[in-house]
Amino acid sequence: MSEQNLVTRLQDKFGEQILAVHLDAIDPWVEVSADGLPEVCRYLHDAPDLKFDYLSCISGVDYFEADPKKIAKQEGKPRLEVVYHLWSVTHKSSLVLKVILPRWKDGQEGCLPEVPSVTDIWRTADWHEREVYDLSGVHFVGHPDLRRILCPEDWEGHPLRRDYQMPLEYHGIRCR
Amino acid sequence: MSTTQGNAAETQVVEFDVRTDEMLVNMGPQHPSTHGVLRLVLRTDGEVVSEVTPHIGYLHRCAEKIGENLTPRQWIPYTDRMDYLAGMSMNLGWSLCVEKLMNLQVPEKARHLRVIIAEMQRIASHLVGMGAYGLDLGSFSPFLYAFREREKILDLFEEACGARLTYSYLTVGGATADLPPGWLQKCEAFLDQFLPVIDEYHALLTTNSIFIKRCTAIGVMSSEMAISYGCSGPVLRGSGVDLDLRRDGEEWCTNMYDGYAFEVIVEKEGHYPKDHVYPPVPPEAILGDCWHRFYVRMLEVRQSIDLVRQAIDRYSSATGSYGEPVKLAEKLPRGEAYLETEAPRGQMGFYIVSDGSAIPWRARARSSCFCNLSVTSELCRNTLIADIPAIVGSLDIVMGEIDR
Repeated sequence: MSEQNLVTRLQDKFGEQILAVHLDAIDPWVEVSADGLPEVCRYLHDAPDLKFDYLSCISGVDYFEADPKKIAKQEGKPRLEVVYHLWSVTHKSSLVLKVILPRWKDGQEGCLPEVPSVTDIWRTADWHEREVYDLSGVHFVGHPDLRRILCPEDWEGHPLRRDYQMPLEYHGIRCR
Repeated sequence: MSTTQGNAAETQVVEFDVRTDEMLVNMGPQHPSTHGVLRLVLRTDGEVVSEVTPHIGYLHRCAEKIGENLTPRQWIPYTDRMDYLAGMSMNLGWSLCVEKLMNLQVPEKARHLRVIIAEMQRIASHLVGMGAYGLDLGSFSPFLYAFREREKILDLFEEACGARLTYSYLTVGGATADLPPGWLQKCEAFLDQFLPVIDEYHALLTTNSIFIKRCTAIGVMSSEMAISYGCSGPVLRGSGVDLDLRRDGEEWCTNMYDGYAFEVIVEKEGHYPKDHVYPPVPPEAILGDCWHRFYVRMLEVRQSIDLVRQAIDRYSSATGSYGEPVKLAEKLPRGEAYLETEAPRGQMGFYIVSDGSAIPWRARARSSCFCNLSVTSELCRNTLIADIPAIVGSLDIVMGEIDR
């Protein structure tokens, strides 16, 4: 199954849920809309000749340049990408899906952007989505137990965001 | 049971129910059996555990945030401290990922050097896994015997790069320095004396009837569950899934082992590769239980010895550079790359996003033990408290890698 064939199949089946395709990158990736993500993932997981049954990694990447001097050099608008790396154990092939989100939901600062959870397709997503929620601040709708995993439960803020400021103190401990 | 005194003719007997409540027991962050700072909250009814909730994050050191401020070569010491028992494999994984982004092939001699180092690291790491597992279950001798051999490997590594645990030896472009003269002979001498010692470990643990009773049929994980939870390495192969990135991974990973003869240690049709050489699988063992995960590690040690011997031959006959590291502030091409390599504990993935400068935009580490540990809540349902260290120990986790 070559990448071009795979992408054509996805585009035929899911139409406007497939927003962009980048086959010339080092790891070819497909941009999927947030609403269409569960369907696309379910299809990729179940189709016998694709069988992407192994979710390697979910990462959150924040594209926001906090330094005003460097904004001109940045490529693309500020956004938050959730990157899914998939792998097929039977076919030994890989695929990258990306969901590109606004940094805040509806532009309201403090409201986390939302993506449907894929924990019922791959159980790996359970902890990975908790980590992306914890560190990058993405809310996964439908996750069974979305709470912080690496930071303490009562930590405020999402550390891997580029505009994150360490709090002044945490339970009496000076942070900065 | 109590009686209330009324009339002598009417004595009421009131029986209190003997209530058994569930208890929440904390196997707290400091515990000898949790392989680091892992907190397990057990919901128990007497001795039977109905639910286990792992809490992690006690060793979170924000390595990924730091990676957004350092060049890739400067970030290598942070990868050392992730899986600190297999530092060379972490360095290798990150170096290969950055080389994939830069499209940089290391020279042949460097490739064979990396195989020697990676497989010696695999032996050292599995020795810890094996020894510490015995310690979790209450046997003290295998731990020290394993560490006796591990000391010799650490001495070899110290000669090569100066450090015993946090090496930062393998780097982007190759290695920081070539192997010192005489190192290969010492390595071969170690392998010659180590091979018969493995039979001692089999006698102490693998065929020990107490060990078998404590590990077989405990924590049985089906292959579908292992794949769904993203398990990798010996945990995945112990459930019968034939996947090893040294053979099946992408080219950047398999090219390193190009031309090497090795077999993936997994049970196929009831047999492990060359299993007439090893103690037989006991009849009580079920594929996917703790015993099989342990057995895969023991067999991988033997396989790694063979790989190191092949690599020493090839390294000795290779000419050229050992792989000079790239400049410290080498500009990275714009783009992103993800690469998983077969570390001793599983598939360690690194993801680098670059905007064209020398400092990556995002450096992400996908830990193998992170996914391996997530199975704990499912595996530990309705087991006994004493089985919890057996299951967690068989997953061979290192908290440094989970928390980063």
